[in-house]
Amino acid sequence: MHISEGVLSAPVLIGGAALTAAGVTVGLKKMKDQDIPRTALISAALFVASLIHLPLGPTSVHLILNGTAGIILGWQIFPAILISLFLQSILFQFGGITTLGINTFNIAFPGIAAYYLFSFAKINSNFRLGIFSFISGGFSVFLTSILVAFSLVFTEQSFLEIAKLSVASHLPVIIIEGIITVFVVFSIKKININILGGVKQNV
Amino acid sequence: MRLEEKLAAGSSWIHRLDPRAKLVVGLFFSFLIALSNELKTLSLFFALAVILIISIKIDYKYILKRLVLLNLFICLIWFFIPFTFPGREILTVWQFSVSREGVLYALKITLRSNSIILLMISLLSTSSVLDLIHAMSRLRIPPKLIYLLFFVYRYLYVIKNEFNTIHQAMLLRAFKAKTNLHTYKSYAYLIAVLLIKSYERSQKVYQAMICRGFKGSFIMIDHFELKQNDYLFLIVSSLIFVFLLVMEKGLI
Repeated sequence: MHISEGVLSAPVLIGGAALTAAGVTVGLKKMKDQDIPRTALISAALFVASLIHLPLGPTSVHLILNGTAGIILGWQIFPAILISLFLQSILFQFGGITTLGINTFNIAFPGIAAYYLFSFAKINSNFRLGIFSFISGGFSVFLTSILVAFSLVFTEQSFLEIAKLSVASHLPVIIIEGIITVFVVFSIKKININILGGVKQNV
Repeated sequence: MRLEEKLAAGSSWIHRLDPRAKLVVGLFFSFLIALSNELKTLSLFFALAVILIISIKIDYKYILKRLVLLNLFICLIWFFIPFTFPGREILTVWQFSVSREGVLYALKITLRSNSIILLMISLLSTSSVLDLIHAMSRLRIPPKLIYLLFFVYRYLYVIKNEFNTIHQAMLLRAFKAKTNLHTYKSYAYLIAVLLIKSYERSQKVYQAMICRGFKGSFIMIDHFELKQNDYLFLIVSSLIFVFLLVMEKGLI
């Protein structure tokens, strides 16, 4: 899901870095001292979960889980994603420093959207909880793929074909991620609902 | 997926440099490369990155494997851009015309991407993550971000082990990953349990921190010291940086 080094143009890289800096600042402001271990361990768990290969026909896919991350972490998703991507680049040599800003934004922003969707939606039945979980999980991935496509096309018009291809190749992931999010949310609700910041207790 | 820092163990001169120096140089050079647009400068950057990677003296097979993986996206670009980029036609492959500008554009992306990755591997992956975190805190990155990074890194391995235990238990019960709802459901439950366990552990961690008198900051007891080699590295790097910047701007 992330864009390689050296592809994007200066305005996209700098714009992404600025937006991420703003998001991280808000996230850190909202994070009290006692939230540090919680945010960190949830990020670590999501990092590990995103390494799972899910089979899809003859190939396999990775989860992004930015919807789930957004629902649980709220604005702290920005520092969380920034750190995950940084660690990925150090531990797996996957990506570098210059795209950290734009890639963090592309993944974290849809998570924030999912967070607000979850907190403003009137969730008063299991059916609605299921629907909104599915939408949050799936829509976040969709939004991420759209943002990636925009970053590419904004850099260079000729990237249009690749951008379209990248959105299309994410369609199955969107559905899988939606399904996974529903089951994750329901089992968390059953075991320990305190983790879900956005969900009201009256479900 | 292994989470070991394979490249951090080594004893080349780059391994021994101060992580602060490596971070700063890596950051400046990465951005200069990412923003460069001249084939001449990009080739020089690539040559420089190759020299650096050779001088860290590590498993070349591993690095080649990483590069192949990273170049998958680049291959996609080669597949499309020469055909869709507007410019002077130089070749025709089955009715599709290849433009000279498109080939150049793809070549530049390839050089940029690989140079940055090689630079990252040779400069950053040759320090342990803990050293890098320490270096970053010395470079005035917001402390909360540093603590977060420290904790994520600290518990990544713990949670990975937790994951392995649960996954093994699933496999022992004859779980087979296939393309069906059952598989996705099982993995979703695994993720949920992982999240809950980490959440509960984080409460204990925070309580333990309070017990040990945590008041919002960590106290660092060891300090970095720039040695002769570090100064040399910084000076040479800045000279090269300025030289390449001037070259990129077309002044040479």
